[in-house]
Amino acid sequence: MASEDATGGVNIDTMHQFMVRPLFGEGAVHWYTPTNVTLWMGIAVVCTVLLLVMGTRGRAIVPSRIQSVAELAYGFVYKMVEDVSGRDGLKYFPYIMSLFIFIVFANFLGLIPGAFTTTSHLAVTATMALAVFIGVTVLGFVKHGASFLSLFWITAAPLALRPILAVIEVISYFVRPVSHSIRLMGNMMAGHAVMKVFAGFAGVLGVGAVFPVVAIGAIYALEFLVAFIQAYVFAILTCVYLRDALHPHH
Amino acid sequence: MATELETAEAAGHAAEAVGMPQLDFSTYPNQIFWLVVTLFAIYFVLSRIALPRIGAVLAERQGTISNDIAAAEELKLRAQEAERAYEKALADARAEAQRIVAETKAEIKADLDAATAKADAEIAARSAEAEKQIAEIRAGALESVSEVARATAADVIAAMGFRAESGAVEAAVDGKLKG
Repeated sequence: MASEDATGGVNIDTMHQFMVRPLFGEGAVHWYTPTNVTLWMGIAVVCTVLLLVMGTRGRAIVPSRIQSVAELAYGFVYKMVEDVSGRDGLKYFPYIMSLFIFIVFANFLGLIPGAFTTTSHLAVTATMALAVFIGVTVLGFVKHGASFLSLFWITAAPLALRPILAVIEVISYFVRPVSHSIRLMGNMMAGHAVMKVFAGFAGVLGVGAVFPVVAIGAIYALEFLVAFIQAYVFAILTCVYLRDALHPHH
Repeated sequence: MATELETAEAAGHAAEAVGMPQLDFSTYPNQIFWLVVTLFAIYFVLSRIALPRIGAVLAERQGTISNDIAAAEELKLRAQEAERAYEKALADARAEAQRIVAETKAEIKADLDAATAKADAEIAARSAEAEKQIAEIRAGALESVSEVARATAADVIAAMGFRAESGAVEAAVDGKLKG
C-alpha cells in the first residue's frame, strides 16, 4: 500500500502470489511448518489418488471416462520412456511417472485463481532436477563403472577434437540440472506474473479493462498449454538423461 | 517530501525483503521437506496400487481383444469348411442326377431298339408274305392268260373254218407268249 503512494498509483505486486506462508497463524517457516506449499502439494496427491486409483477402481475392460484418462496418462508416459530410454529404461518408469504426474497436477492446480503454484519455486524444481541428475549419474557409474565416462569421449569426432569436445560435454552435463530446473520454474513463474500484471492493469483502467481481460484470457489459454508442455519436457528430458546413463556409448 | 522519500525507501526495502520469493532461502527446507514427502506419497501410490492396476487392465484388454480375434478367425474357418462341405454335397447330388439320367436314357434306348427290331422283323415277314402272294397271283394270272389265249386262238381258228390240231395251237400260243 505504501509503495502505491510512492509510485503514483500503479504498482502491481506480481511476486506476492509466490510467497510461502504458514497455514496456521504467522511466524517463521521452519522445515516442518505446514505451509501453503504443504496444502497444494497435498491437493496434488489427492488428485493423483482420485485419477489413478479411484478412477481405475472399476478395472473395466471398456473403461469409464476417468479410467481412460488414467490409461492415457499411463500409456503416454510408458511409451515415452520406452521410445526415449529404450526397453531397459522401463524399470524406471514408475519414477518418471511419479515426477510427471506431480508436475502436471502442480502446474494445472496452480492455474486455479488464488492457488499457489508449487512448481514455480526453484527449491522444488531444483530438488527434482538434482534428484534426477544424481540418480542418473550414480546409475551410470553403477551400471558401467568407469566406462560411463566414455559418454564424454565422442569417438565419432576426429581425435584432435575429442579433448575439446570432452570439455564441452562435461560442462553441458553439469549444466543439465540447472536448465532442467530453471526451465520449469521460469515458465511457471513468468506466466503467473504476466497474468498478475494484466490483472493489475484491469483494476486501474476502468472501462478499458476489456483489453487486459481479453489478454488474460489468451494468456490463460497459453498457460494451459505451457502447464502440460513443461511437465512433458521435464519428463522427456529425464528420459533422455536416463538413456545416456543406460547407454553411454553413443 | 522527506516523508515521501522515506516511504519510497521503505517500500524499496520491503520489495528487497520480499524480492523474488523463489530466492528466499529461508523457505527452502520447508519446501524441500514437503516436496520429498509428496513425491514419496505419489511414488508409493503409483508403484503399489495405480500402475500395476492400470498395467493389468491394459494387458487384460489386449488379451481379450486378441482372444476375440482368434475366436472370430476360428469361426470363419469353420464357416468356410461348412461351405466347402455344402458345395461338395451339391456336386455329388448333381453327379448322381446325371448318372441317373444317363442310365434311364440308356434303358429307354435299349427298349426302343428292341421294339424297333421287332417291328422291323414283323414288317419284313409281312412283306415277304405279301410278295409271295403277289407272285402266286402273278403266276395264276399268267396261266389264265395262256389258257384264254389258247381258247381264243382255237375259237378264232374254228370261226375261220379251219380245223387245227389241238396240240399245234397250244404250241403256237405258248411260243407266241414266250416270245
